Amino acid sequence: MSVEQASAGTPGAGTSGARADESAGPVLVLSHAAKSFGAVHALLDGSIELYPGEVHALVGENGAGKSTLVKILAGVYQPDAGAMAIDGQEVTLHGPAMARAAGIAVIYQEPALFPDLTVAENMFIGRQPLRAGRRIDRRAMRAEAAEIFARLGVQLDPARIARGLSIADQQVVEIGKAISLEARVIVMDEPTAALSAAEVDRLFDVVRALSASGAAVLFISHRLEEVFALCQRVTVMRDGKQVLTQRLDGLVAGDLVRAMVGRELAERPAEAHGTPGEPLLGVERLTREGVFTDISLTVRAGEIVALAGLVGSGRSEVARAVFGVDLYDAGSVTVRGRELRRGSPTGAMAAGVGFVPEDRRQQGLVMDMSVQQNIALASLQRLRHLGLIRAAAERTLASDWADRLKIKYGRLKDPVSMLSGGNQQKVVLAKWLGRKPAVLIVDEPTRGIDVATKAEVHHLLLQLARDGVGILMISSELPEVLRLSDRILVMREGRLMAEFAQSGASEEEILSAATGQAPPAPSSGAGQ
Amino acid sequence: MSTTLVSRGERPPAAAGAGARRLTERAFRIRESGIIVVLALFVAVTASIQPRFLDTANIQFILINTTVFALLALGETMVVISRNYDLSVGSVLGLSAYLSANLFGQHHGIPIVAVFLAGLGIGLACGLLNGIMVSAGRVPSLVVTLATLYIFRGVDILIVGGKEVVASSLPAAFLDIPKATVIGVPDLAIAIAAVIGIGAYYLRSFRSGRELYAIGSNPDAARLAGIPVGRRVFVAFTVSGAIAGVAGVLWAAQYGTIDSTAGTGYELQVISAVVVGGVAIFGGSGSAVGAALGALLLNTISSALYVLGISPFWDQAIWGFLLILAISVDRFIAVRLAAALRVRGARHE
Repeated sequence: MSVEQASAGTPGAGTSGARADESAGPVLVLSHAAKSFGAVHALLDGSIELYPGEVHALVGENGAGKSTLVKILAGVYQPDAGAMAIDGQEVTLHGPAMARAAGIAVIYQEPALFPDLTVAENMFIGRQPLRAGRRIDRRAMRAEAAEIFARLGVQLDPARIARGLSIADQQVVEIGKAISLEARVIVMDEPTAALSAAEVDRLFDVVRALSASGAAVLFISHRLEEVFALCQRVTVMRDGKQVLTQRLDGLVAGDLVRAMVGRELAERPAEAHGTPGEPLLGVERLTREGVFTDISLTVRAGEIVALAGLVGSGRSEVARAVFGVDLYDAGSVTVRGRELRRGSPTGAMAAGVGFVPEDRRQQGLVMDMSVQQNIALASLQRLRHLGLIRAAAERTLASDWADRLKIKYGRLKDPVSMLSGGNQQKVVLAKWLGRKPAVLIVDEPTRGIDVATKAEVHHLLLQLARDGVGILMISSELPEVLRLSDRILVMREGRLMAEFAQSGASEEEILSAATGQAPPAPSSGAGQ
Repeated sequence: MSTTLVSRGERPPAAAGAGARRLTERAFRIRESGIIVVLALFVAVTASIQPRFLDTANIQFILINTTVFALLALGETMVVISRNYDLSVGSVLGLSAYLSANLFGQHHGIPIVAVFLAGLGIGLACGLLNGIMVSAGRVPSLVVTLATLYIFRGVDILIVGGKEVVASSLPAAFLDIPKATVIGVPDLAIAIAAVIGIGAYYLRSFRSGRELYAIGSNPDAARLAGIPVGRRVFVAFTVSGAIAGVAGVLWAAQYGTIDSTAGTGYELQVISAVVVGGVAIFGGSGSAVGAALGALLLNTISSALYVLGISPFWDQAIWGFLLILAISVDRFIAVRLAAALRVRGARHE
């Protein structure tokens, strides 16, 4: 389907099942927007039309230009070409403030709040209600925030500081802000990536409430089942271009995947796992006061052990303690029977442990350093000659792993921040694979990664396991957990609650162990 | 938005997190009352050893000495809250002190108000320069103000050379400014306290003041939220400069003799006072009142050591120790607070 067709054509005749008020005309039209950064064409031809009351999905692989399009809508980037119209009036956004004034609000995957300010102040910063003498009226501000939360049906204290809020609650603050701004276009950039199932349900209720009140919601997600559950129309992007805009009824997930990757993506069957070998990683009664308690587990050679559970159940904290980033209060960690020193990542690395952290931007990569330097970072010891790093050796190592992992980059000298999310994640993996680890701990290895790259990462992890690496994987995506792992450990509130063999587990069983509720976990989890 | 927004929970929304708010409020109160406790402790111990410490004259001396620092701390607080640093305040003070006091010799009969305005203007100009380089030039403030620390001092030395302004060339009315009292309290201390009160109220209750906190708390988010980050930071530096200019004139009135070394090293003492007073060194939280209390505490300690006959060499060691103590206390509170908020957050889920 061509862009002309999509942007000029009417968005489907009937209004079957959707609340979208398509007779009123689009509230926002972006046509043929383009944006380049130097030689990198982030967006070639981005077009989208949003109607009042619709939830519109935007899907595409990482690097397809979604984030760039979002930043153009947010007024963060000024497009090199193309036009934007709101209510039929052409507008040019010169900054985030203008986008906000035009009624566009963006909720990012990980909202950037002001941790030292209160929730209410975060919502009203720059436009706090005033009383006599242009002073801030705190009472009115808090009351207004409380009223919005009540309308959304969420429990949140407007007067508490934002520090320590869960990501789900942070998003609620941002949504509350959008409502208080009377935003008519609300863009949600992968809001569900870091949420637990109950939190996703709560978010969906909030989104439905928003669209019922006439707002247009642009919903970006890699989880296609969410797209089908929530949205009425979809726009698919590929390689910086809009390739499809259509109503969702009548489409199936395969159609979207095909449009996203431009080819048929064979769902790889669950690959046969080898027989696990000798125990590599042993964790014995590991406890960190108030964070996790009495965690014991073993990872054998050639085995993928999944640590499942809700966000906040202490999974990542266990991983960090095992690798030595955080301290623990009791227990022990052994690799091949030899005990690791507490709180020493260097010791863990020397013993052959690799760690791909949850947050690749903050913890996995040095964003300002080049692709090459990032890949070589964990192998500097090996690349050293007379105390100096040999650039040639570094380049060889980096290009070797970049090829093997099919990383898409401009030049190896480019800062890693220029890569798309999926490719960044591959760089983190390459960094550790360059060390040939015996044990690899991966925390949310495919968060925010497109379908094709995800399949590649899955394949890579299985390949590593076949080569005898022991893998401890943390993941919030149950299909991923079920597909990859030999054994599944479920954590809840800092404790191990259950263990399943791959063959003996269902999503429902894992979920009920993770939530402590009888299966199936229904949608009433919000704010309890 | 219309009333069609559905709601599930009908409970009063403020109930769940009220505990967390009380906790944070208490932590902040603790932070400022903590300084007062330490202050009271020092005063009590010193006075029990040397009662002369509580003489009216000595208390007046401490208060007057504090005024200049507390004033500088107000400007510095605005800057530090926005996650910036102004290292040039000592040099601005020195430049303003000499140039403004020198006016008395050059223009006989010049009104004192005009001299204060001159000091204000000099400081304003210096602050503008800092502000432009930080906001428009996008240079880290630590580097900019480190440079202007030397530049302003260099200009000062160039102008002053080996000369100095002596007290005899200054009008008596000018030199009497720090001496006037109301029922034993120096007028100047009252005036400065009022200025600090106004400054603290501004930071707390006006949009532009709160935006400084927001900028320091998360600069990127501040930009995304449409806060004019550059303009706010620019104004903070300008105000800090202007305040340092006025402080220079007060310094001149207090000491009478001004050469090119006036105010040397004050920048670090002021930043110490601000940090001891509970302003987070990476911005986002703290108050001007706390910073002023920090200045009062540090000056009280200097005076206590003097009265007790302890070598002033200990002065700096104790200031340093207090800094570490203040940072430890902040860290401790932050860790406890984070844990408490997490627990409450988890329970609230």
